[in-house]
Amino acid sequence: MATFKDFRNDVKPNWCPGCGDFSVQAAIQRAAANVGLEPHQLAIISGIGCSGRISGYVHSYGFHGIHGRALPIAQGVKMANRDLTVIAAGGDGDGFAIGMGHTIHAIRRNIDITYIVMDNQIYGLTKGQTSPRSDVGFKTKSTPQGSVEPALSIMEMVLSAGATFVAQSFSSDLKELTYLIEEGIKHKGFSLINVFSPCVTYNKVNTYDWFKENLTSLSTIEGYDPSDRMMAMQTLMKHKGLVTGLIYQNKEQKSYQDLIHGYSETPLAHAELQLSKEKFDELIAEFM
Amino acid sequence: MISQLSWKVGGQQGEGIESTGEIFSIALNRLGYYLYGYRHFSSRIKGGHTNNKIRVSTTQVRSIADDLDILVAFDQETIDFNFHELRDGGIVIADAKFNPTIPEGTNVTLYAVPFTDIATNLGTALMKNMVAVGASSAVLGLDINVYQEVVQEIFGRKGQQVVEKNMEAIRAGAEFMKEQLGDNIQTMKLEKADGKKRMFMIGNDAIALGAIAGGARFMAAYPITPASEIMEYLIKKLPALGGAVIQTEDEIAACTMAIGANYAGVRALTASAGPGLSLMMEAIGLAGITETPIVIVDTQRGGPSTGLPTKQEQSDLMAMIYGTHGEIPKIVMAPSTVQEAFYDMVEAFNLAEEYQCPVIVLSDLQLSLGKQTVEPLEYDKIEIRRGKLVTGELPPLENKENFKRYEVTEDGISPRVLPGTPNGIHHVTGVEHAETGRPSEVASNRKAQMDKRLRKLKNIQFNTPVHKNVKHEEADVLIVGFISTRGAIEEAMERLELDGLKVNHAHVRLIHPFPTDEMLPLVQSAKKVIVVEQNATGQLANIIKMNVGHADKISSVLKYDGNPFLPHEVYTKCKELL
Repeated sequence: MATFKDFRNDVKPNWCPGCGDFSVQAAIQRAAANVGLEPHQLAIISGIGCSGRISGYVHSYGFHGIHGRALPIAQGVKMANRDLTVIAAGGDGDGFAIGMGHTIHAIRRNIDITYIVMDNQIYGLTKGQTSPRSDVGFKTKSTPQGSVEPALSIMEMVLSAGATFVAQSFSSDLKELTYLIEEGIKHKGFSLINVFSPCVTYNKVNTYDWFKENLTSLSTIEGYDPSDRMMAMQTLMKHKGLVTGLIYQNKEQKSYQDLIHGYSETPLAHAELQLSKEKFDELIAEFM
Repeated sequence: MISQLSWKVGGQQGEGIESTGEIFSIALNRLGYYLYGYRHFSSRIKGGHTNNKIRVSTTQVRSIADDLDILVAFDQETIDFNFHELRDGGIVIADAKFNPTIPEGTNVTLYAVPFTDIATNLGTALMKNMVAVGASSAVLGLDINVYQEVVQEIFGRKGQQVVEKNMEAIRAGAEFMKEQLGDNIQTMKLEKADGKKRMFMIGNDAIALGAIAGGARFMAAYPITPASEIMEYLIKKLPALGGAVIQTEDEIAACTMAIGANYAGVRALTASAGPGLSLMMEAIGLAGITETPIVIVDTQRGGPSTGLPTKQEQSDLMAMIYGTHGEIPKIVMAPSTVQEAFYDMVEAFNLAEEYQCPVIVLSDLQLSLGKQTVEPLEYDKIEIRRGKLVTGELPPLENKENFKRYEVTEDGISPRVLPGTPNGIHHVTGVEHAETGRPSEVASNRKAQMDKRLRKLKNIQFNTPVHKNVKHEEADVLIVGFISTRGAIEEAMERLELDGLKVNHAHVRLIHPFPTDEMLPLVQSAKKVIVVEQNATGQLANIIKMNVGHADKISSVLKYDGNPFLPHEVYTKCKELL
């Protein structure tokens, strides 16, 4: 059986020392081993940005695509081979700005993949511009007077879009993050895990210390029930989205693959390509 | 007795004009006639003039006719809009209900037939279409029993009574018309057809069927005119084969999802028209640099922007050849008939996997939506080839070194392993990368990888890159076209030959990489080259000038008003240039 070390490769990440993404990398490696995967059974599909490089930093299959499109690529991979474990990953710009349309519709579609967003509230790779997750007043190169656009309440949005698995974590808490990724992989349907992953170079406001001070762990809220969508929404609103843990899970909803008519139970990638003569004749006859 | 005629039915969109044409033409196809239909429609659901023009012939026809023999009108607008197409001696069959009139002083006969009244008396005004079908059949001298089978298929599930009522309506229309025609009954009687069974389909049907035959089991697409039929057909048929179609949130998702699916090993496609292709451009570059196979269908329509969304045009050519930033290997194919569209789709999937690159199959509205008679497609011509796809077991990777997915090889094509395969782990990225797939900006690697990718198509094997009708070693003129202009060019060519001109015809089927070796001798042996295409800037002509040279003898015949070329237009414009 593979251990987390089997998911390591020898590539040195080009992230800054102290970047929150290192913990996400480690958590994916641990979670993959913990759920019993072998490296070749995992495909990580990532977007563009600092965090998008993560697919190259795990010893598994990986596809580093174009900006904002990790989700449609990942859904295509899963549809082609339902036996693969598919993780999509990227930053807040990737998923909540340029790729927002895909995020909403991936949630609605509920294909069985796990989406990990490394949320640092800034555009890092392009050297410090505002993101849809930046707070009002946040000063960046593109908002020198401070951002006037409010930050997206992303967890509330994800929940209201109908997500069947919603979790949030903080890259300092490797244990919780690993657990949530494991649960996300095991969830039958689309799972979204937003990870506060501080940018130590360009975000001097939302720092490790800031998160430690402002985050509330759901485990400290007495009677919190992640199967209660109403409670999840109220809790998020009460804490301005700054909570960590499993926020909501609907275990009843079937995944897209289990709902669509006729979809092969074995991977489509292994399907016989040659049509039978009988099937061909049947199709042709309809046009006669 | 005549061997071919042109029939058109028109009225308000949403009034059943479609079904009138459909029943009429299916029946004629089953009798063994060759048909070619073209619909005029607007970008709205109900209202607005629509018509369906159908050419009926005892021999294969691939163009709409220059003029019109019979116009069936459900409103005055149909007559006003289409009257000019009627030939001398033509007839109008119109619903008596709207007191139809035709311009005075022409040799066209108007027959007012109470379509609506006859139908209402038989039970419901909805059947006025059937009365019109019956009236038309009387003119052609058809035995109306031919409709029994078709009506049964269409209305059978609504009960036997509905079937019989509809047949009664057809019969009543035919009887009424026979009386009206009186002595004129023989003038448009059609020669008997050969009775052979042939297919009757639109280009999009053939494209979708070709995708299935070519092994496609997944499609991601976004609705758009004139491509949606491809998705709709596959939604009906793929589940029975275990496959699936996802209607995505936009064309960017459609293209990238199909790329993901192909990367993971299923043959997958997307289909759209110009606006969708514009959105896919970045993704096409991703497929190019990651060497991921993908088949993309572009059913061209009037551009730019929303342009003429329901009209014919061929103006995406340059965008399809050069589109995406940067430089990638790409194949652009252009089937010129419905049959070719089927076989080309099968081949598109083979080429995509063999050369590990995007393949664009270029259609146009006229080919995609024109419904026509097709000789039966042949099962034995279907062949599946997967190129350098690794299917056997792989030796263990040493020290977690990646599998060399982008190994630099002599032909530029590297072994391709699918995710999920033990010992095949590698990285895929749209960033320039080394043989292992890992990002690399090293100058020598960049050059090696660019050269490797662009080398792949140097010796592309393509069956019939140019369809040639070359009778003359030395020609007065070589006429060149692509996609659906083939029929109009063929007919214009016949007329030019009758005028004593030596005419050769080349229809380009592989647009990119351009088949220069095939085209050069044809251009060299002609005094003049006329490129017929449906755009305003002569895109194909420019491609030929660029690849073949001889710019001084190449001129263009262009049409970009939204309507297909008619044979006489090609003939007249070529005459002017000669």
